[in-house]
Amino acid sequence: MSTTTRTPGQTIGPFFGYALPYEGDADLVPPGSPGSIRLHGWVYDGAGNPIPDALLEIWQTDAEGNVPQAEGSLHRDGWTFTGWGRADTDPNGHYTFSTVLPGPAKEGAAPFFALTVFARGLLDKLHTRIYLPEHPSNAGDPLLVSLSEDERATLVATADATGLRFDIHLQGDRETTFLTYG
Amino acid sequence: MTATTETQADLSAEIAQIEANSTEAEAAGQNVRQPLLDYPPYRSSILRHPTKDPRHADPETIELWAPCFGHSDVEPLEADLTIAGSNEPIGERITVSGRVLDGEGRPVRNQLVEIWQANSAGRYIHKREQHPAPLDPNFTGVGRCLTDAEGRYRFQTIKPGPYPWGNHINAWRPAHIHFSLFGRAFTQRLITQMYFPSDPLFALDPIYQSITSQKDRDALVAKYDHDLSTPEYSMGYSWDIVLTGPSRTWTEPEEGDL
Repeated sequence: MSTTTRTPGQTIGPFFGYALPYEGDADLVPPGSPGSIRLHGWVYDGAGNPIPDALLEIWQTDAEGNVPQAEGSLHRDGWTFTGWGRADTDPNGHYTFSTVLPGPAKEGAAPFFALTVFARGLLDKLHTRIYLPEHPSNAGDPLLVSLSEDERATLVATADATGLRFDIHLQGDRETTFLTYG
Repeated sequence: MTATTETQADLSAEIAQIEANSTEAEAAGQNVRQPLLDYPPYRSSILRHPTKDPRHADPETIELWAPCFGHSDVEPLEADLTIAGSNEPIGERITVSGRVLDGEGRPVRNQLVEIWQANSAGRYIHKREQHPAPLDPNFTGVGRCLTDAEGRYRFQTIKPGPYPWGNHINAWRPAHIHFSLFGRAFTQRLITQMYFPSDPLFALDPIYQSITSQKDRDALVAKYDHDLSTPEYSMGYSWDIVLTGPSRTWTEPEEGDL
C-alpha cells in the first residue's frame, strides 16, 4: 500500500489564458484537411450561462484505433497525429477542436474521446468521455450500458454539418455525467 | 469584480463549519473528496460544481496511456522564468524543484510540467486582471519543462506576491504557483497550486481550504530547501507531486529509452 499523499487538485483559476493556450493547441489535424472533423460545443454553468473561462483537453486514438505516442503537440508540424489537444472557451463559452474520428482501440470497442474539463470556479479537474453518435459498438459499451438513458445522452455527441457537437453542463437538468476511475 | 458585502469573518465562519462537518464525516468512516467541489465559500464554485456523484468507469486503453511530449515541444530555457526580458525581473529569486511520482512512488519520466504565476507584486499578465499592482516588463510568469529520468523538474523564477480578488471584502490569495501535470496515464492529469511555507493567508483562503484535511492541504505546500538555495543568488524550495489514477502495467525503462 502506498504511504504517499496524493497531491490534491486546485482550480485552474481565471488567469491561465496567457499560459496554457498556444498556437495550434486545438488543431490535432489542420482544419479542413481530408478526414478532419470539427468537434465543438458550449460549456454551461448551473444557471445555463456559458462559461467563458473553461479549458478542455481531449486525448484519443487515431482513426485506426492506435494510441498515439508521438511528441510534437506543442509545436505541431501539420503531419504528425499526437492524439492530444487543448481548447479554451471563447467569450461565448464555445470551444472548437479540429481532429479525426477516433478508431476502436480493440475489436468491437466503442471509440470515444477522453475529455478533461477545467474552469475558474471548478476546484478540480473533471473527467468524461465523448462517444460517437449511432456507433454500432455503443450498445455493448460497459459504461454506456451502466447508465440511465438520460445520463447516456449526456455522453454521446450529435452529428452536425461539420462534424460533431458536444455540450458540457457542469450542473442542471442536463448535467454531464462525469467519471471516476477505480 | 463583483460587489460584495461579505466579510472575511463571514467566510471564515463558513470555512470552519464545513471543515468541522468534513472531519465528522471522515471520523464516521466516510470518504471526503479532497478538494470538495461543492464548496460555497469559493463563490464562483456555486454554479460550477457537478451536483451528482461521478460514475465509475473501468479505464479503457486510451485512458491508461498519456500524451507524449519531448524535446521538440519544450526548450530547456523555458524552465527559466527570469530571462524573458532584457533585464532581471524584480523580486526574490527562487529555484523550485521536486519529483513527479505516481501513487507507488515511481518517477513520472520525460513528462510535461507547465507553470504560471503572478509577479512579485501579485500581478498576472492577463487582460482581465484588475489588480492595480505594477506589471514587470521582465517577467511573463510562464514556464515549462520536461521531467528527467528520475521524474525531477526544476524552475528558476521569482517568488510571486499575494493578490486581492473579489470573492469577499478584503479577500487575498496566498502566494502560489499554478502547476499543470501529466502522469503516465490520462486518468492522472492534474492542475493544482503550490504554496509557500507558513503563509498567514492559508486559514483565510477558500480555495486552499476547499481541501478540508490538514494532511492533504500540507501536500500543496513547498518546503524551504537550503540545499537548493544558490550562494549569493537564490532561495530554494522543494515540492514533490504525487499523481494517482490507474495506468497500464509499469515497466522498467530499457537501455536507450532515456
